[in-house]
Amino acid sequence: MTITVPKPLAEEMYRRMQLIRRFEEWVVKLVESNEIAGVTHESVGQEAVAVGVCLALRDDDVITSTHRGHGHIIAKGGNVAHMLAELLGREGGYNKGRGGSMHIADMALGIFGANGIVTAGCPMACGTAYAFKRRGQDRVAASFFGDGGVNHGLFHEALNLAAIWALPVVFVCENNGYAITTPIASVTKVELYTRAAAYGMPGEAVDGMDVQAVYEATRRAVERARAGAGPSLIECRTYRFVGHYTAERFMKLDYRSDEEIVAWRKRDAIPAWSKRLGEAGLWRADDQRRCDAAVERELDQAVAIARQSPWPSADTALDHVYARTYPGLPAQGFE
Amino acid sequence: MSRKTYRQAVSEALRHEMRRDLRVVIMGEDVSGGLGAPGEQDAWGGPQGVTKGLMPEFGRGRVLDTPISESAFIGAAAGAAATGLRPVAELMFVDFMGVCFDQIFNQAAKFRYMFGGRAVTPLVIRTQYGAGLRAASQHSQSLYPIFTHIPGLKVVLPSSAYEAKGLLIQAIRDDDPVVFFEHKALYDDEEEVPDEAYTIPFGEANLTREGSDATIVAFGRMVKFANQVADSLEQDGIGCTVIDPRTTSPLDSDAILDSVAETGRLVVVDEASPRCNMATDIAALVAEHAFGALKAPVRMITPPHTPVPFAPELEDAYIPSPARIEEAVRGVLAAKR
Repeated sequence: MTITVPKPLAEEMYRRMQLIRRFEEWVVKLVESNEIAGVTHESVGQEAVAVGVCLALRDDDVITSTHRGHGHIIAKGGNVAHMLAELLGREGGYNKGRGGSMHIADMALGIFGANGIVTAGCPMACGTAYAFKRRGQDRVAASFFGDGGVNHGLFHEALNLAAIWALPVVFVCENNGYAITTPIASVTKVELYTRAAAYGMPGEAVDGMDVQAVYEATRRAVERARAGAGPSLIECRTYRFVGHYTAERFMKLDYRSDEEIVAWRKRDAIPAWSKRLGEAGLWRADDQRRCDAAVERELDQAVAIARQSPWPSADTALDHVYARTYPGLPAQGFE
Repeated sequence: MSRKTYRQAVSEALRHEMRRDLRVVIMGEDVSGGLGAPGEQDAWGGPQGVTKGLMPEFGRGRVLDTPISESAFIGAAAGAAATGLRPVAELMFVDFMGVCFDQIFNQAAKFRYMFGGRAVTPLVIRTQYGAGLRAASQHSQSLYPIFTHIPGLKVVLPSSAYEAKGLLIQAIRDDDPVVFFEHKALYDDEEEVPDEAYTIPFGEANLTREGSDATIVAFGRMVKFANQVADSLEQDGIGCTVIDPRTTSPLDSDAILDSVAETGRLVVVDEASPRCNMATDIAALVAEHAFGALKAPVRMITPPHTPVPFAPELEDAYIPSPARIEEAVRGVLAAKR
């Protein structure tokens, strides 16, 4: 399999996938050391989807993400120190500690939020795309959701709205095979990408373990969207190597067979892409090691910055509910 | 200045703001009507005709007829707001909140806070509410307490034509998501309304009557009934202060507490179902902060805890009436502690 993208882009694909993988592994460590509270959903195994999609977008394009959003945010250029500070609940986090893992956002980078509600980003992406169109801008919105999302009413309403208004939206289904523990085939009778036909838009399935295949499919959808030809649906077939959320590793759940997990791990997109870079003569023996080391340094620094960030002060707890903070009786409880 | 209906006042506010600010767009089911139909375009402007005439002036690009997909278009309006537009989405009846509430309370309401103050969502949701038109259980509810419960939303209940115009212009210019409740039995009510644009600030109650014997707090259409009762009691030498809070979130607690401190007697009139409504909220507010001033138990005039009935006999009995309000005021005046 040849590499068709330019070398700098091919290297950046590797770097961002590796950054996501190692970020998620840091998250697990920080959960286990009780530095991260609450629930986090890692995207280990699904890196090629996030990176393939986001590198096909421009900086001024927008994404909406999911509960499993760390990878999307890093792929779109999110700052890992600000992300980690948010996960640690610090004032220096992306959301000043108000959001946590499931709500990280950076409006300036076009990251309109991870989201705790399945497919909630789909209509939001429609509205963002409508705003672009209304202002005569050729920007695009990409909306991520999982295989479980395709049976949600919001998915159907949003695809229809995007189609009838010819909105510049790319709907990206990350089909990792399971809605928590329920296999998608048990709850859906059709191939997921075929749902696009019902709304009069193109739909295709791609190998979500091949970053270049995801990138090329997204690029086609983005070009179509920018040209004013409307939305597309891309189903990326992928797999999460880990549990639905961090705690699952201790729960000894057995809904997936070891053979299945091993088979998917053999298809791991990150070493596969490194191998292709070598086979194509783009990378020499040392290049991967150098890139990996830079990723380690970036994350070590980010963790240190996050740990030094101050805790939010309780006297700011009422801020940001409204454009101005209302004094008075409802403030009680924080006094 | 001329006499205008509540319907005209709402329509005028929309027209003013659409002329003033290109970012203001309207979306909803049949807000224009007749999209692509063989007959008349701009067919009716919705069930109350409020948005009729806007599409011919501003075009289909700014007045968008949507499919019956409340989640999609309310969510899209929230997304467009976060992207810099100022959408006014119309939820035809507030009873339809059940099919789109996530986009309102989990998304639009929380963007600013969840994102650490870095998102702005200047969204207005206009919606019809209230009983009285024989529209039965799924088209007659007064669900504003549910929205009032949600941090991040502002909730507005215009009680007259003048109020509707000023409060809607404020809502459109406001940088937070606002749910604007239009009472369906008020659309034909007329009063003097300025031709020019004006705003009425949120969180500042309007004292529509002033008297020192009792305080009546009322919302939306109930303000009209409370005013009638105050005028009638005036004939008997009983002076009532009628407070129209205008917005339930933010709520002008001070105006209510100040008045109760003076009168010592409180009647709250609320068209919403009686459990966890604005009446219980205000009764609790007064119990906690003005207990010593009370000369009588607080009276709450609300509908019974039932769905809104269809039969005219039953619906009329369901809606809080001026007679019930008057009886309550006389009751608190007669009470001895």
